[in-house]
Amino acid sequence: MAAAVAGAEGPDGALRGWVRDFVSGLQDGRAAEVAAGVKAGSWTILEIVEALGSCLENTEPRTRGRGLQLLSQVLLQCHSMLQEEEVTHLVLFYENRLKDHHLVIPAVLQGLHALSLCEVLAPGLAVSVLKAIFQEVHVQSLPQLDRHTVYSIITNFMRTREEELKGLGADFTFGFIQVMDGEKDPRNLLVAFQIVRDLILKDYVLGPFVEELFEVTSCYFPIDFTPPPNDPHCIQREDLIVSLRAVLASTPQFAEFLLPLLIEKMDSEMQSAKLDSLQTLGACCTIYGQKELQEFLPSLWSSLRREVFQTASEKVEVEALAALRGLAACLSRSVLSSDTEDLLDSFLSGILQDCRHHLCEPDMKLVWPSAKLLQAAAGASFRAGHRITSSVVPLLLEQYNQHPQSSQRRTILEMLLGFLELQQKWGHEDEEESALLCSRAPLCSVLFSAVTDPSVQLQLVGIRALTVLGTLPGLLAPPDVQLVVDHLTRLVLHADDSQSCVAAMEAAGSLAPTYPGAFSGRMVQRLAEELQSEREEEGRRSTHSLRARCLQALAAVSTHPGIVRETVPVLLQCLRQVPKGTMPAGACDAVAVCQSLQRVAVQCQRDAESCWYYHQTVVPCLLAVTVQAAMQENAHSPPGKLLLEEEVLTAMVPVVSAASAHLCPELAAQSVSQLVPLFLDGEVSFLPQDSFPCPFQPFQVSGGSRGGGAGARAAGDAGAAVPLQGGQHVAAQRRLVALLMAFVCSLPRNVPIPQQDRLLQELLALSCSCDCPFTATAAAKCLAGLVNKHPAGQQLDQLLETAVSRMEAGLAEGPLRSQALALLLWVTKALVLRYHPLSSRLTDKLLGLLGDAELGPAVADGFSLLMADSPDVLHKGCHADVRIMFRQRFFTDSVPKLVQGFHAAGPGVKANYLKGLSHVLNHLPRPVLVTELPTLLSLLLEALSCPDRVVQLSTLSCLQPLLLEAPHVMSLHVDTLVTKFLGLTSSPAMAIRIAALQCVHALTSLPIPVLLPYKPRVIRALAKPLDDMKRLVRKEAVVARGEWFLLGSPGR
Amino acid sequence: MVGPAPGGGSPLENANPLIYRRSGERPVTAREEDDELPDSIDDREIFDLIRSINDPEHPLTLEELNVVEQVRVKVNDAESTVVVEFTPTIPHCSMATLIGLSIKVKLIRSLPERFKVDVHITPGTHASEHAVNKQLADKERVAAALENSHLLEVVNQCLSARS
Repeated sequence: MAAAVAGAEGPDGALRGWVRDFVSGLQDGRAAEVAAGVKAGSWTILEIVEALGSCLENTEPRTRGRGLQLLSQVLLQCHSMLQEEEVTHLVLFYENRLKDHHLVIPAVLQGLHALSLCEVLAPGLAVSVLKAIFQEVHVQSLPQLDRHTVYSIITNFMRTREEELKGLGADFTFGFIQVMDGEKDPRNLLVAFQIVRDLILKDYVLGPFVEELFEVTSCYFPIDFTPPPNDPHCIQREDLIVSLRAVLASTPQFAEFLLPLLIEKMDSEMQSAKLDSLQTLGACCTIYGQKELQEFLPSLWSSLRREVFQTASEKVEVEALAALRGLAACLSRSVLSSDTEDLLDSFLSGILQDCRHHLCEPDMKLVWPSAKLLQAAAGASFRAGHRITSSVVPLLLEQYNQHPQSSQRRTILEMLLGFLELQQKWGHEDEEESALLCSRAPLCSVLFSAVTDPSVQLQLVGIRALTVLGTLPGLLAPPDVQLVVDHLTRLVLHADDSQSCVAAMEAAGSLAPTYPGAFSGRMVQRLAEELQSEREEEGRRSTHSLRARCLQALAAVSTHPGIVRETVPVLLQCLRQVPKGTMPAGACDAVAVCQSLQRVAVQCQRDAESCWYYHQTVVPCLLAVTVQAAMQENAHSPPGKLLLEEEVLTAMVPVVSAASAHLCPELAAQSVSQLVPLFLDGEVSFLPQDSFPCPFQPFQVSGGSRGGGAGARAAGDAGAAVPLQGGQHVAAQRRLVALLMAFVCSLPRNVPIPQQDRLLQELLALSCSCDCPFTATAAAKCLAGLVNKHPAGQQLDQLLETAVSRMEAGLAEGPLRSQALALLLWVTKALVLRYHPLSSRLTDKLLGLLGDAELGPAVADGFSLLMADSPDVLHKGCHADVRIMFRQRFFTDSVPKLVQGFHAAGPGVKANYLKGLSHVLNHLPRPVLVTELPTLLSLLLEALSCPDRVVQLSTLSCLQPLLLEAPHVMSLHVDTLVTKFLGLTSSPAMAIRIAALQCVHALTSLPIPVLLPYKPRVIRALAKPLDDMKRLVRKEAVVARGEWFLLGSPGR
Repeated sequence: MVGPAPGGGSPLENANPLIYRRSGERPVTAREEDDELPDSIDDREIFDLIRSINDPEHPLTLEELNVVEQVRVKVNDAESTVVVEFTPTIPHCSMATLIGLSIKVKLIRSLPERFKVDVHITPGTHASEHAVNKQLADKERVAAALENSHLLEVVNQCLSARS
């Protein structure tokens, strides 16, 4: 190709012409063309050298340089095509050129760099190139780029000619030290540090130059570098720090020089130097042994101690403790020869000597720093832990008994807890050797005294410590275990403070798997007795709270399969008693039982066997008691109907759902084949109690309801059995659709549902025709849950068509518009979640309804339903088809229409659009919101003036995080924001005043110059909320005003 | 009125002071959440304003050093008066004036203008109690002190939220 261009002159002539062009400085691009010629085979390197001929010998150094530059650039492109012999000649030529004028040197180095990439380099040449560079070139007087070239040559040779370079011995190391001595450019330093690191890690001979190599690198420590603004190289301070640390901490040979340097920098005033030194020390500890550390241990300890005792910075403290842990771990690891002293022992003795006595002053500032130092050292190894624990724990136990004040005891116990927790880390290694073994008895008695102390805080620490102690093997003797269980039971039942009670329940849950026998025998039994006993003598209120505690505790302790089999029957028994009216508390008691059952269900989910036990015990029982309640003859026995109240059924939903979501498919199929016929055909045979006064037909259309004639077929032959009060019965039975929903909507997607089409039709009919909102919504949700999981296809499309036409009919007019809206919302949600094509049509329908005078506000609230996670159906936990980006997608599709609708809407319904928009924005991930902000901000600002309080509140809560995250965009609107926010601080609603003040506070994250003009005005305006009648408002006003005072003021 | 700068190389006057536990956040009551019922400004509310002020010398709050205590705070909402007594950690504490000034500035910034704020040293707990009290009570001297940018910086540091 190049030859073709050369044309009449022939290849030779073209080459000469291009060389002339390049050397004369006219056309730099010719180098690439010459190289292309080599690659195409038009000419060889030798011919180029010949073409360059005279200019390489020109008396003018610039011309020689240009000539060499051309050759070097060509070589860089074509080095892989060179023959060994050519390379040898070129290397010798270039080496010789190193002696030439300094203007020529950059081009020579580029050439050598190209040659260093050649694979066919003859043995010995690498060494000779490096020798020549070390000898002839003063690297540090070259420009940055050329220095970088030298480093690249060295790096290349180290990669490919490691053995040859090692043959140079310490001369290579020395040569490199001279090359990098004085380097200042961060780009070059990163490469140079890497070379030093390779020198060390790949065992090059350092010879007598260890100290020089250390000096030439450690002079940069600690790194002090701020990248220039708009730096294109993107080198951060952290890059240099990490790469220098890798060098300094790469070999124990540096220890004698590095450790004094680290100590010196730790003692400096600069926090960054302290941090870097501590982190570097930590890195060194992973490779050092006790030989390296020995000499410096006393000064290292005194520096570390000072940093922890006197620090003003948490970061420094954390690093100092980590470094101390590293030191102790290093000493623990070192292999000792028989005649050396174990330094760990003396090091730890020193620490104990300096810190131990502070532990005896639980009121003083140094007590915690001392405890932290001791715990850091104890956390290093089993040995260190043993040494320190066996000295400190007895001391702390003694101190506990000497200090009678509960605040002091709490401090002591908290420290003790820290040491116990460390023991967990090593505890399992060797049971007999546990340092705590000999303090077992006093330890238990101290902890038992703490949990019986009147101080709640002390009780709480005591409970935590008992929990830790119980998980350590072999530390609780069987009688002590019984005592622990009894103490926890007592706290659960009788603790005055609810915090202690909750902590005791948690502790029981953590310890139950270790001691199932003790807990089921003592605690569960006691709780069950307490629930059964009726205490008439006490006030109702305290009985009620005691019952609530028992129920919670039964759930908390159900963390072991054996215990679950005892607690579940107790809980179910409580539920069966509700309709009998023997328990006073009524609906909220039933709700409490359900909450406990739910917690047990969640704890059972991990274990397949417990899960199935739970499902087949609990679900039929719940259905039996509720079906029974729905069939009670009349409404004259209120306790019987309690179980059908909305709040109780709502509490049962998560129980059934949690009991069903984790079943394996076979068992789920077995269960679904019983449950669906129960609802469709009244098959009650699988319920534990199977004699009911009348058939169970929740989907039957009764005469009294508004379903109309269409559904009459369902009554069929069963109709004869329905007694006179059938209407009432059916209404009660229909409420149980909520439980059907909980079950079928939680099943894994691969479980087939028998008679699904019939079920869907019944649900659709019920959701549109039932005048009870609870039942209609439950049916709509159940339908939506099934639609979401229904495989795509004709069947689904037909179903949806039917559903849409029924909804449209319902929405058009009549008394059941809101039922139709609920159905529309839930079906839309089901489809939006799975990206179904029909979802946009339904969304448009919703958007249209925002302008409806009657339904508009409800539709606006419905947007929150669409965007939020629903607690019972259509979420990941119940295996719904939820695409991760559905919110973004919904946002992109619907927001432009919302905005358009807002502008087109009449004044009466504008607020509906703003409300819908606020709901969508509130649920959008922040990063998405920030990018979409500019287009919406003007609308949000308008929403601030909207009189609707829901809109105001949601707009404020939407703007507040934006102020923090996108201050620059927001600062364009500072004037409006300040005015609107300040205006809202006198809203009649407390929540809005609070949110507005939080926004005024968040304004302070805008750039200060933008804010300063408003400072006097804001400070003046905030004086008024300081005197607000509500304390919570005053609190926010104080915080906001305080921040505004600090704006632009020194010391912020 | 200027004390030595915090931090720096100078050794602390009191390296291992007695420390006290922080009282937790004030629990929010149902009454406070009711839109209609007024909450009066009480001692605890004033104490909450000043307890988190940073000590100029230690990385501790005035509450942790027991420099301020709730029992030494008296407020009368109806008469719009606040009296705060503070107790320096040691009788020769050179920071006493600075601490008093920080408390005073915090209260002035945080309370409605109708309040008259009196900040003074707990009687008998500081060597130059009288002189310090006099400075804190003198409006003009307080105002002048806040014109001093170095002093304002230290006060603002004491009042900044801990990062």
